[in-house]
Amino acid sequence: MNVKLRFGLALAVLAVWVLAGAVLVGAGILASIGPDDQRVLRRILADQAAFLAVAGLLFLGGLAVLVKRAFAAYVVPLKRIAAETRLVPVNPDYRLDVRKPRELQDLAAAVNELADRYRAAERDVGQRVAAARADLEQERNRLAALMSELTVAVVVCTIEGRILLYNAAALELLDPDRRGNVGLGRSIFGVVDRGLISHGLEPVRAGSANLATMTRGDQVLGVRVAAVPADGEASGFVLTIEDLTRRAETSERRDVLFRALTEGTRAPLGAIRAAIESMLDYPDMDLAQRQRFAEIVRDEARRLSDHLDRTLEESAAYLTDPWLLEEVLGRDLLTAAERSLRSLDGVTARIAEPDGELWLEADTPAVVRVITDLVSRLWTDLAVADVRLSLQATGRYAALDVRWDGPPLDPERMRKWTDQALVADVLERHGGEAWSSTGGGQTYVRLLLPLAKALPAPPEPVPRRRLRIGSRPEFYDFDLFRAVGPEDAWSTHRLDQLAFTVFDTETTGLNPSLGDEIVSIGAVRIVNGRLLRQETYEQLVDPGQPVPIESQKVHGITNDMLAGRPPIDTVLPVFAEFARGSVLVGHNIAFDLTFLKLKEERTGVRFTQPALDTLLLSPAVHPDHEDHSLEAIAERLGVSVLGRHTALGDAILTGEIFLRLLPLLAGRGIVTLEAALEAARKTHQARVSETLRKRY
Amino acid sequence: MTPKVLIVDDEPNIVISLEFLMKRRGYQTLVARDGDEALAAVETFRPDLVLLDVMLPRRDGFEVCQLLRAAGWTGLKIVMLTAKGREAEMAKGMDVGADSYVTKPFSTRDLVDHVARILEGDR
Repeated sequence: MNVKLRFGLALAVLAVWVLAGAVLVGAGILASIGPDDQRVLRRILADQAAFLAVAGLLFLGGLAVLVKRAFAAYVVPLKRIAAETRLVPVNPDYRLDVRKPRELQDLAAAVNELADRYRAAERDVGQRVAAARADLEQERNRLAALMSELTVAVVVCTIEGRILLYNAAALELLDPDRRGNVGLGRSIFGVVDRGLISHGLEPVRAGSANLATMTRGDQVLGVRVAAVPADGEASGFVLTIEDLTRRAETSERRDVLFRALTEGTRAPLGAIRAAIESMLDYPDMDLAQRQRFAEIVRDEARRLSDHLDRTLEESAAYLTDPWLLEEVLGRDLLTAAERSLRSLDGVTARIAEPDGELWLEADTPAVVRVITDLVSRLWTDLAVADVRLSLQATGRYAALDVRWDGPPLDPERMRKWTDQALVADVLERHGGEAWSSTGGGQTYVRLLLPLAKALPAPPEPVPRRRLRIGSRPEFYDFDLFRAVGPEDAWSTHRLDQLAFTVFDTETTGLNPSLGDEIVSIGAVRIVNGRLLRQETYEQLVDPGQPVPIESQKVHGITNDMLAGRPPIDTVLPVFAEFARGSVLVGHNIAFDLTFLKLKEERTGVRFTQPALDTLLLSPAVHPDHEDHSLEAIAERLGVSVLGRHTALGDAILTGEIFLRLLPLLAGRGIVTLEAALEAARKTHQARVSETLRKRY
Repeated sequence: MTPKVLIVDDEPNIVISLEFLMKRRGYQTLVARDGDEALAAVETFRPDLVLLDVMLPRRDGFEVCQLLRAAGWTGLKIVMLTAKGREAEMAKGMDVGADSYVTKPFSTRDLVDHVARILEGDR
């Protein structure tokens, strides 16, 4: 019920009350006096009727004025106090300013005192929460750091396929051009086939490290799916994705090699067998014939030998397991080994003659374990306390020597050592050899490990970008487990669980219908109540016309800056992709939307999702404030205004404001998208009628 | 004096050829079928050259080679034979004291020439 209606009602009730009182008093007097007095009184009343009526009206009028003043002095300010009191939790520095009447000034002072205490209490709680959160944050940072160091791509998703967490490797692998396919809250199904994931999630396969492959361009990706269990069923899944291009290449070459070895040997073997069986079955054949058959056997056997040599020579690079081995700088391998040897008491190890730029193909930890095991054995068996590690190239191999002064390991002990599973496995996988010998006055155990070889067309064309831990981007958001998917019906969902794209445009002017065009679009995503500063969109657009000087003054975008930028026709599809599955938010968004709508027909890009306007939501929260400009709202809500009038800067500011409006809207019972749209619609109507009233 | 060649291999079929070839070339031959037999044969037969297969039961060729060298048979020529033919193996063979390394399958003529050259290098 609005103030005017209540004022009218109060006045009416008061008038009726007073009239009823007068009538009752009159009736009482009439009943208590005698008939003569009644007559006299009636006559006097009849004579003075006009006077009485005027007096009555004056009295009522006075009452009306009094009630109105009381309303103006108490009821209206009270409403404002209520609204402003609600601001305090959002902006704890906000204080009420009421001068009169005295009683309300007292009330305001009391509220302000409470606000002071609230602020103090909140700071206290805030500090404690911050301290508690710091631990959690540290854990998360550790996780983020760990994830960022992983060369394998990791993506964690809700069961609906919404991305909760991803690492830099995942971004690099699945979204190398930063098209926004990979982002918090986005659907993984846009990049990884849904069938592949549900196949991997089947209960039969649960827990197994099943590898499915998919192709993406000319890349071959291996995808592992693991369920995240909660209450006995999957609440999400973890994807680990590897680039198998190189592996596939290798396995293809192995296939070729295998075919070459089998098919290529059949023909010569056939010839040899036919010739030799003929010779044996027909011992009576003449000498010349015998000689010819023998030559066939020799020639074909030679052919076989040559074929084998050639094939092995060509395929040598593919005979080891390259994906178990990583390329490692020799010096790094030695350093790692030396560091590990420090853990052995009584043994000193140092690196001798490091051969600078030797690259090996090795499983570093395994090789280090083998060396550590060897040195500890040398210590126990031969009391060798001082070893030197060295490395030099020999042919296709690197010889890693553990050298010492004294007798060598005798062959039998050496064989026992190399027969151990640990050592045998490492040698097997590296296609290497190990032995102990003496040479150049020194005794050594030598490990031959393959040198890194240049494979044709090496994979990983894109250099990995490292996560900067200091300004750690928000690559994860586990709260999304509770959030809802964009594919569900929008309207009934809670605002704090929806994904939003807050955007702003800069234009050549204010009249889209008269040919003004967009020169810049900036946008930022809000997911689960968090502004994702690393998931932004910013694009300068060639408007196809010069930018007027007065517009340049507003946004500072000059014609030079726009030269060579893409036209709106190619920009809009990308932006639509960025905004897909989210509610649009803007300040005075109708203005920006008009520009987008005018392009719909030509580009075929339609923005069909709901849109919310902070210009309309702010009055729903603060109906008693007049100014709902971006700056004014920002000030009221305690948002610092920086970088205005760039599209992205304004989008971020609007986003922050929007986030602060959410709890205020909730305080007014506006929690769903539907309710917010309705509130905005009402404000819009009120503003339209207000404008009309002022104009006429 | 006819040079003596010890053939150490556990595959009878190749032993037949090796023995035949060495004999035809005029060498005195003896066959050993595993590492221990070979070590014993060197002591008794005192060969000038050993054709030593890598893949032997129990003690492998590398070990036999190393043990022979360690036992002071420094002047003895050792030619290692292998079916694997990996570069790493070859490097190991040379480092533990073999004089040369021949990969199976080999050309009979090449092998005979090779053995002859090594034996002559001695003189």
